[in-house]
Amino acid sequence: MDAAIEVADLRKTYRGRRTGEVRAVDGVSFRVERGEFFGILGPNGAGKTTTLEIVEGLRKPDSGTVRLLGRSPWPHSPELTGRVGVQLQASAFFEFLTAKEQIETFAELYGATKARAAEMLEIVGLAEHAQMRCEKLSGGQQQRLSLACALVGDPELVFLDEPTAALDPQARRNLWDLMRAINAEGRTVVLTTHYMEEAEALCDRVAIMDAGKIKAIDSPAGFVRALDAPTRVTVAAGQLSDERVKELAAGEAVATAEATVVFETRDPRKLLTALASDGALEGLAVRTANLEDVFLHVTGREWRG
Amino acid sequence: MSVETAAAPQRTQGARNKAYLSLVKALGRGWLRDRSQVFFTVLLPLMFMVLLASVFGSTGDSPSRVLAVGDVPVLDGADSGDFEVTPVADLDEALARMREGDADAAVVQDGDTVRIYPSPTSSTSGAIAAGNLSALVDDVNVEVLSAAAPGSPVLRTEVEEADGGELRPIQYLAPGILAWGIAISGVFGAAGTIVDWKRDKLLRRLRLTPASVGTFLGAKVSVNLLVAVGQAAVFLAVAALVFGLKLSVWTWFAVPLVLIGTLAFLAIGVVIGGIAKTSPGAAGLSNLVTMPMAFISGAFYPLALSPEWVQWLSYLSPMRYLNEALQSVVVYGDPPTAVLPQIAFLAIFAAVVAAVSWKTFKFDEL
Repeated sequence: MDAAIEVADLRKTYRGRRTGEVRAVDGVSFRVERGEFFGILGPNGAGKTTTLEIVEGLRKPDSGTVRLLGRSPWPHSPELTGRVGVQLQASAFFEFLTAKEQIETFAELYGATKARAAEMLEIVGLAEHAQMRCEKLSGGQQQRLSLACALVGDPELVFLDEPTAALDPQARRNLWDLMRAINAEGRTVVLTTHYMEEAEALCDRVAIMDAGKIKAIDSPAGFVRALDAPTRVTVAAGQLSDERVKELAAGEAVATAEATVVFETRDPRKLLTALASDGALEGLAVRTANLEDVFLHVTGREWRG
Repeated sequence: MSVETAAAPQRTQGARNKAYLSLVKALGRGWLRDRSQVFFTVLLPLMFMVLLASVFGSTGDSPSRVLAVGDVPVLDGADSGDFEVTPVADLDEALARMREGDADAAVVQDGDTVRIYPSPTSSTSGAIAAGNLSALVDDVNVEVLSAAAPGSPVLRTEVEEADGGELRPIQYLAPGILAWGIAISGVFGAAGTIVDWKRDKLLRRLRLTPASVGTFLGAKVSVNLLVAVGQAAVFLAVAALVFGLKLSVWTWFAVPLVLIGTLAFLAIGVVIGGIAKTSPGAAGLSNLVTMPMAFISGAFYPLALSPEWVQWLSYLSPMRYLNEALQSVVVYGDPPTAVLPQIAFLAIFAAVVAAVSWKTFKFDEL
């Protein structure tokens, strides 16, 4: 079977009158297997959206090839678009229609039934808002409706471009559950985001993009392992004598502040056992490296325009 | 294998028709629910008709309001249906009242000389009043001459309404306002839609469905054409029933005229929508194009009364041709063959502007 997505050496340069030449996508290659949950992470302006637009078939690259489900997305073909679902950054709706009319229109375009449209509204939890005009829905509801529109055609491959941007924490977690469920049904999902915890929670593999290039591709766990960062163990101050702190640190970094003592250790098990036997677990916090540390390590910390 | 290849094109054709219909339904529904659209396409032209009909209509039928300065014997024989005479003390008072718009002309009789002062503020009604007063003086002269030399032939004028009264202001105004209404809903509609698509990315989203861009654009244009025909029907019905517009037997031919006119104006709107970045920008540019186009088209003011350069420029305005064609067919009852040149021009205009918009349009922005 073909891969869900095969991208080889994509390049796209914009020539703006004021901005000059901008290499939005500069030699991007990756491959997404069927059934995979693939994330594209990157700071603003990294080229995520342009890459996605080229892969979806909205833009033509200057050079490079794209295969979606074994076919080129260009020129437009109903057979291919019928198997792919898309959620764009902006919620693109027909003006002045209700949620129900909206999804039924999309259902008709994808050749799906009204029953399927109603089912999708139910799945994204908008059944009771079916009669509401789209522009009256909240941001999270609009995102869910646009997700429902992306899924109404029962696609094998789903593109989600920053679906949780500007949502409150509850709405974001709800959407995560929905995305997990979509992937669990066997659909391939490609997600762009700049929320690290989102990529960590959802993605099988993550590509980190910066300045139009893919800097690294790995699973979130693989990234963290490769970073090989120490675990930070924090306890409340005053439970350990200075000598004991020095002894427990065993040559590794330790920082003593007014209220806390922070150990950085490569052997958290040994340290935690010792702290437990000392009875010094008050205010305990253990923080291992996460994808955010990886991201900052890969892309650097300077301000982004 | 052969069965499959035969079935596939049919299936796609069926799917395309279905997609087209559902898009027409969705866009049409959205249009009907957009109150501002309904206002601009239906109510605004009707409001214009009320306004213009009352402005132009009042001067023709009502008597001229004349100020008699001092003693004016010539007015003694005036018909009260033609003149509404108000005596004033002196010329200064008369001029002051005319400046306020209270009168159309002032008259001073100094022995054998009748001096007429038409209103400077309302030149049309002033001219009419002056004409009526001259005619009155002529009538008096004719009577005096006939009495002095009975038997000698004396010329006498009688004013008859042209076209047997057919060309009342509404007959002249209605086609012009309709042409203008079709123009603004076409230009503003297309420009606004494209700016909306730049913002809400609907076209971009639809390009990623199995329906093609062509199907979607076709549906959008169809909705605009349907709206234009509905707009023309409502407008002509109100003009006929409320304002007494007499419709000819060829009125139905307004439908193809409105359709081809709408295509031309939509093409202009697409060019504007391609240039404008925001909705206010699109509205401003649309005004910039439609206002001069209306003024040089003869839609509101007879071209024959306009300066020569306006008459020359008017050949460039598609609104002129739509206006002329509608007037010929709807008001004068000319057969469709009489407006073939206007149709040809509108078609060429639509094709040229559509080609320009196709060449200059940046799909990437949508």
